[in-house]
Amino acid sequence: MSATSSVSTSIRAQQWKEFWFYFSVSKTAVAGLVFLILVVLMALFADVISPHGPAEQYREFAKLPPAWIEGGQLQFFLGTDYAGRDMLSRIIHGSRLSLLAGCVVVVLSMSIGVLLGLIAGYRGGWVETLIMRVMDTIMAVPGLLLALVLVAILGPGLLNAMVAIAITYTPSFVRLTRASTLTELNRDYVTASKVAGAGPARLMFISILPNCMAPIIVQGTLSFSTAILDTAALGFLGMGAQAPIPEWGTLIAENRDLIMSAPWTVTFPGIAILFAVLAINLVGDGLRDALDPKLKRS
Amino acid sequence: MFRFLINRLMLMVPVFFGVTLVAFGFIRVLPGDPVEVLAGERGVSPERHAELLAQLGFDKPLWQQYFNYIGDIFQGDLGTSLITNRPVVEEFFELFPATAELGLCAILFALIIGIPAGIIAAIKRGTWVDQGIMSISLTGYSMPIFWWGLLLIILFSNTLNLTPVSGRLSFLFDVPPVTGFMLIDTLLSDEKGSFLNALHHLILPSIVLGTIPLAVIARQTRSAMLEVLSEDYVRTARAKGLSTFRVVAIHALRNAMITVVTVIGLQISLLLAGAILTETIFGWPGIGKWIIFSVFSRDYFAVQGGLLLIATSIMIVNLIVDLLYGFINPRILHQKSKS
Amino acid sequence: MALLEIVNLTVDFATATGSLRAVDGINLTIDEGEIVAIVGESGSGKSVGMLALMGLLPWTSTVTADRISFNGQDLLNMTDKQRRKIIGKDISMIFQEPMTSLNPCFTVGYQITEVLSHHFGGKRKSYNKKAIELLNQVGIPAAESRLNSFPHQLSGGMCQRVMIAMMIACKPKLLIADEPTTALDVTIQAQILELLIELQQSHGMALVLITHDMAVVAETAERVIVLYAGQQVEQRKVKELFENPKHPYSEALLNALPERAQDKHLNAIPGVVPGQMDRPRGCLFSPRCNYAQDLCSQEKAPLKDGILCHFPLNLSKSKKQKAINLETG
Repeated sequence: MSATSSVSTSIRAQQWKEFWFYFSVSKTAVAGLVFLILVVLMALFADVISPHGPAEQYREFAKLPPAWIEGGQLQFFLGTDYAGRDMLSRIIHGSRLSLLAGCVVVVLSMSIGVLLGLIAGYRGGWVETLIMRVMDTIMAVPGLLLALVLVAILGPGLLNAMVAIAITYTPSFVRLTRASTLTELNRDYVTASKVAGAGPARLMFISILPNCMAPIIVQGTLSFSTAILDTAALGFLGMGAQAPIPEWGTLIAENRDLIMSAPWTVTFPGIAILFAVLAINLVGDGLRDALDPKLKRS
Repeated sequence: MFRFLINRLMLMVPVFFGVTLVAFGFIRVLPGDPVEVLAGERGVSPERHAELLAQLGFDKPLWQQYFNYIGDIFQGDLGTSLITNRPVVEEFFELFPATAELGLCAILFALIIGIPAGIIAAIKRGTWVDQGIMSISLTGYSMPIFWWGLLLIILFSNTLNLTPVSGRLSFLFDVPPVTGFMLIDTLLSDEKGSFLNALHHLILPSIVLGTIPLAVIARQTRSAMLEVLSEDYVRTARAKGLSTFRVVAIHALRNAMITVVTVIGLQISLLLAGAILTETIFGWPGIGKWIIFSVFSRDYFAVQGGLLLIATSIMIVNLIVDLLYGFINPRILHQKSKS
Repeated sequence: MALLEIVNLTVDFATATGSLRAVDGINLTIDEGEIVAIVGESGSGKSVGMLALMGLLPWTSTVTADRISFNGQDLLNMTDKQRRKIIGKDISMIFQEPMTSLNPCFTVGYQITEVLSHHFGGKRKSYNKKAIELLNQVGIPAAESRLNSFPHQLSGGMCQRVMIAMMIACKPKLLIADEPTTALDVTIQAQILELLIELQQSHGMALVLITHDMAVVAETAERVIVLYAGQQVEQRKVKELFENPKHPYSEALLNALPERAQDKHLNAIPGVVPGQMDRPRGCLFSPRCNYAQDLCSQEKAPLKDGILCHFPLNLSKSKKQKAINLETG
């Protein structure tokens, strides 16, 4: 018993080693991963590393430029906004919200999408038709517009924005999972476990699902980055996180009137979004290349 | 080709009715008393309430309400805006050309730069040129475009004073709307310089809206070209002694475009989502700005109608892209003759 | 003067795991109007050598040679642009997979007239008549209506005929056919071979036939070159080779022919052509050779009279005995 478990762990270790070998081929993917880990650490220790409280107002220092520009002060490294709040501290705290939004959206849309996709692919018939037509309908409306409409129903706020975005992302997971399920369903190993008497739940989750995880993981990474973008976009439009909350998109929106007088208040939150999303996309590209068996062979 | 078209149309029907269900349901699940929200009146008396209920048809059973709604749709009646009191359809089609013009320019911008960039990256794969192009396009793909727009305004409008900040045309010109496409209307009018002015207004919004499609197209063109360039028929073309340009630009590109066109089709929906942000930033009087204004001002009939019209126009554009796809891919063009 | 002369052609590929030698010092001369067959298993470098001549190898390859001359012109030190004036016109090549070798996005007519207008100038459309003529020549029925067909509307055999029409359009002096029948049905194979021979005779062009099928060699070629693992192991007249093969590999290839099977079993050659990782130290064929001795696995085989072998077969008995005695004694 212990022998078999040690064998399976060593196989897993072997798989990880192989995966890491293919992933680390791309230096940019590794760079993206390192940067992403830094952002996660920044979010985790936001209270410790940010020089000021995110909502603390230093009225006498309002609209201070970044430290390296004349008139800037070192204690407000990236400058301050109209109310004298430290931009750096707000951006650091904003990373929490963006990462949270990304996680919530991906977990929600992926779990629902994969479940529906498995059912659609496995059951077929009218269940499949119904699920797929509903997904087609969701996809027919531009994601951001649908999210806006949903937020209009649910009421503005970060949580509602995340739920709305998750709904718009579900169809891509459903389609992907269904397509992979359909190909896997015809494979011999599925027939074998069917003959061995496996029930539908076991077939779906134990036999089929692990074998179509690769594209789902890649799609998950890409959704993570677009989720951050869309959350920020809703925040920017005033339908996401509400004003004093230092969400990155909301930061840009609340300082939008200052683009002439204090452009840094708009520039830095945007750079934060761009770099975080870029890092995730680099990791996603690396994942795709490492997990795609077609590319592995060549 | 004909069968292909019919197939596509058949697929559109359930989706269209799905969208009508969404639009229909939207108004009925809104928080609060729908009558008060829709009528825009507060603290109405019970008699007035009943009167409004009947006027909106909300006193009837739900299925009958839906059938009435569908009936109205097929008569071209998508309700009346609560703010302007004008038919939603009328408002939509008045603003549609502005969005179409912006979207077309953005896609054009994305194609003109994205396809050559992708081709060059594929031909020079593995070199610093390839890595440079791919890094830039991944950056573009990761861009929060509302911020990108603001950044370009800071740079080009505020600092360099090169481009206007918002709108489609300067107030100095008086151009009568004929087609709704400002570039065409200014050419038709006798206002001197108005065409250039309209073009000036289009540059920044097109770049902003075109950035993500540009990145996607460049990446897709590269990977499609890489695949096609290793095909046997490219070797045949080279064996004929054709120039590298002809091999790449005629024999390989034509095949690579088949996948790229599919990708462009998928961009249409994203483009409209992007238009909401772009039009908001640049004060562009199009559908995107209109719909977000309607959401904010709780003009729910406008949102309902807009939802349906936008989804339908995306379906129609996708159909056109499918036709284009059939046109460049002979295997689809000749499906009829084979079967 | 020979039409084509290749001296010591070598091709290397850069791969992720190091350099790979696909062709190792091939020599080849072809006279005008001659049919030469190049034989070998998959991976023996027979296609790669000819693709190198055409300049069709991918950028990961390095081609070196002492001399490649065609019709008095030095192909080796030519710019790509100069080479493209010869390729497709005076030397042309048809490939193994007719279905994928034609561009799916263009009509048959387009692809044939394109090569004509490219090499002879003028409008593509003006060659339509010529294209019909060519399609008739390669035995395509209703040629006129076929001009507007796309490759996916044709069968494999038809595609290969179109390919041939395209490649003989400019009346080449040399046609290289790279396993032209491998992907086709057996009944079509004979037709295509017949067509090639017929065209070779009527056009008076030289034909290089790359194949792994000794039977095809026997039916068609005058001379044959046997390749193994990128090396040229034997070069002979076809008749001589069939009667009296001197290299153990040639003999093994001949013995593998069904009609030469002694009993119910086919005489397959055990093992596969060595790859990048398992290249033997001595003679490359030694691990699979029936006659291999100690020396064979130690030292590279010498080239004697066009035969790359330590102990060539079918020399007079005494000579052979002497050689063995020398080795063992």
